[in-house]
Amino acid sequence: MKGLFDKLMEDVRFEEGLKACMNCGVCTAICPAAEFYNYDPRQIVTRVHSRDEETILDLLKSETIWYCGQCMSCKTRCPRGNVPGLIIMALRKLSQEEGHFTESEKGRQQFAIKRTVGENILQYGYCVIPENINPDLHREQGPVWEWIFKNIGDVMDRLGANYKKEGAGALRKISDESMKELHSIFEVTGGKQLFNKIEEFSLQKARELNWEYKEKGIDNDYFRHTYTDNNGTHTKT
Amino acid sequence: MKIEGKHKLWKDYQKEIADNHFYYVRSCIRQNFFPASEVHLLKILREDLGKDIFDDPRHTTCTGIGYHADIIPFETIMTVVARHFALMTEKGYKNLLISCVTSFGIYTEILETWRHFPEVENKIREKLKKATGRTFEIPVNMIHTSDVVYKFRNEINNLAKYPLVNVNTGKPLKIVEHIGCHYSKMFPNKGVGGAEFPYVLAGMVEAWGGEVIDYPERRHCCGFGFRQYLVMANRGYSVSNSKKKFESMKDFEPDLIVANCPGCTMFMDKWQYTIGEMEGITYGKYGEGIPVLTYEELAGLVMGYDPWDLGLQMHQIGSEPLLDKMGIPYDPELKYKGKNGKNIGAPKVPAYCTIN
Ligand code: SF4
Ligand code: SF4
Repeated sequence: MKGLFDKLMEDVRFEEGLKACMNCGVCTAICPAAEFYNYDPRQIVTRVHSRDEETILDLLKSETIWYCGQCMSCKTRCPRGNVPGLIIMALRKLSQEEGHFTESEKGRQQFAIKRTVGENILQYGYCVIPENINPDLHREQGPVWEWIFKNIGDVMDRLGANYKKEGAGALRKISDESMKELHSIFEVTGGKQLFNKIEEFSLQKARELNWEYKEKGIDNDYFRHTYTDNNGTHTKT
Repeated sequence: MKIEGKHKLWKDYQKEIADNHFYYVRSCIRQNFFPASEVHLLKILREDLGKDIFDDPRHTTCTGIGYHADIIPFETIMTVVARHFALMTEKGYKNLLISCVTSFGIYTEILETWRHFPEVENKIREKLKKATGRTFEIPVNMIHTSDVVYKFRNEINNLAKYPLVNVNTGKPLKIVEHIGCHYSKMFPNKGVGGAEFPYVLAGMVEAWGGEVIDYPERRHCCGFGFRQYLVMANRGYSVSNSKKKFESMKDFEPDLIVANCPGCTMFMDKWQYTIGEMEGITYGKYGEGIPVLTYEELAGLVMGYDPWDLGLQMHQIGSEPLLDKMGIPYDPELKYKGKNGKNIGAPKVPAYCTIN
């Protein structure tokens, strides 16, 4: 059976992003996540580079791999050409494939992301659509967005968007043919399989933790848990 | 003027930007929050500058926000992007014009990956063929929309009605420019000015009469962080990073912030409101917020387009103090009206950050 390190090596982003680290700490110095969370990209690089299966398994189950914001500031800076941000992406992918992501609070959030952004992509062909930026889930958007949200059709019309209509333009309806091709790409390239794995492992975890789980949508306790819960142990202060 | 020191270094980073005939791909975030910016980019390029742009309804999201939130495999996004290359190839275009900075970073990452691992490109060609029957050619020139506005900054300036000058004092407006991380931190040679001295927005500001503020956290991330914003429990990360920037810039008294990434623009607008509501802190000189604009909106204002046609009413931070400084006329009554003056109400006023 293939080890975890070998599985990581199959990801070109991992191969591209990992060379011997000289522990200079520059990536950590520039990293916005290291400033906010209990997170140290330098440590991630050294730990993965150890090739120690147990160390890697621990990482896949950990909170720490979910702290990076993928700003890629570390890519510009590493004198050895390492990219902690890319290593993180490979670790997260493997953590989801092997089902370890549900072992951490931050990892379980992949379910919330799949049920929001993931569903937007497969249903509408957009990562984000205005009717799903609900002010109740986005209080930071403020009263102007609340007004836009209530009058979305009128506001988009006023500003020259082509909201939900055929043809070109901002927020147009993506045609059935294009959506069919998008779905077909997801089938052929493992996109659907990853979504299914996120669902399967999340369902298992929801059962284990005794959270209400529904096949679809965001109106269930497991979604609320993964979207809003923060046990307060993640940050520096 | 003799160009020396830092200014000379900025000039040293140059990037090939095509002159005409662009195939346009839209941004999810820009369409949601700044649809009029996309409308005006096309208008300015086509009608004011006489350029040819193909706006293809068939393209979809690149899936980039999902990709950087780790729910989309690399192979999937590569094939979605390959489909966009195929649509462009079919229409006979070679210059890809990308509205989103996240997409721009991804398209660039994909081409770089294919350069290092040609076998990956071949595999994606097969996957695309299998999924859609399509084939593609690689774009000759791949640029972000801010690149093209930068390239034509002097032509835009020739059409300027309202330069970036305070009409009351005659002094240049003081402007914070914020470059999205994925524009040039990943592939410095693909962005104007590289990662060290990104000049794409500074070039516009200077050409249109403004003055760029150099403040300590100028190159810090806005804090989007993908999963760090998408999931409510993580948003402290996002707002903390923006706050760090606001604290660092406020003593320089910026008249406005301009950003080339639609996400950064939206966050720096909305987090000012959030910080106001959470802590009662505002960052403008007189207790108001600092207006945050897209470069399309800024170009549009300079060229004399109507602020409400440009969509400034979609911002949480009111732009009226800026319009007054620039001497731009506007009708407050029309700000929140729908098409043909239709009454669609108005936003509630927040406790902090005046929205006018
Ligand atoms: S990509 Fe991740 S690890 Fe790298 S600097 Fe950004 S937040 Fe830190
Ligand atoms: S910047 Fe590179 S060499 Fe330095 S600690 Fe980080 S990964 Fe290691």
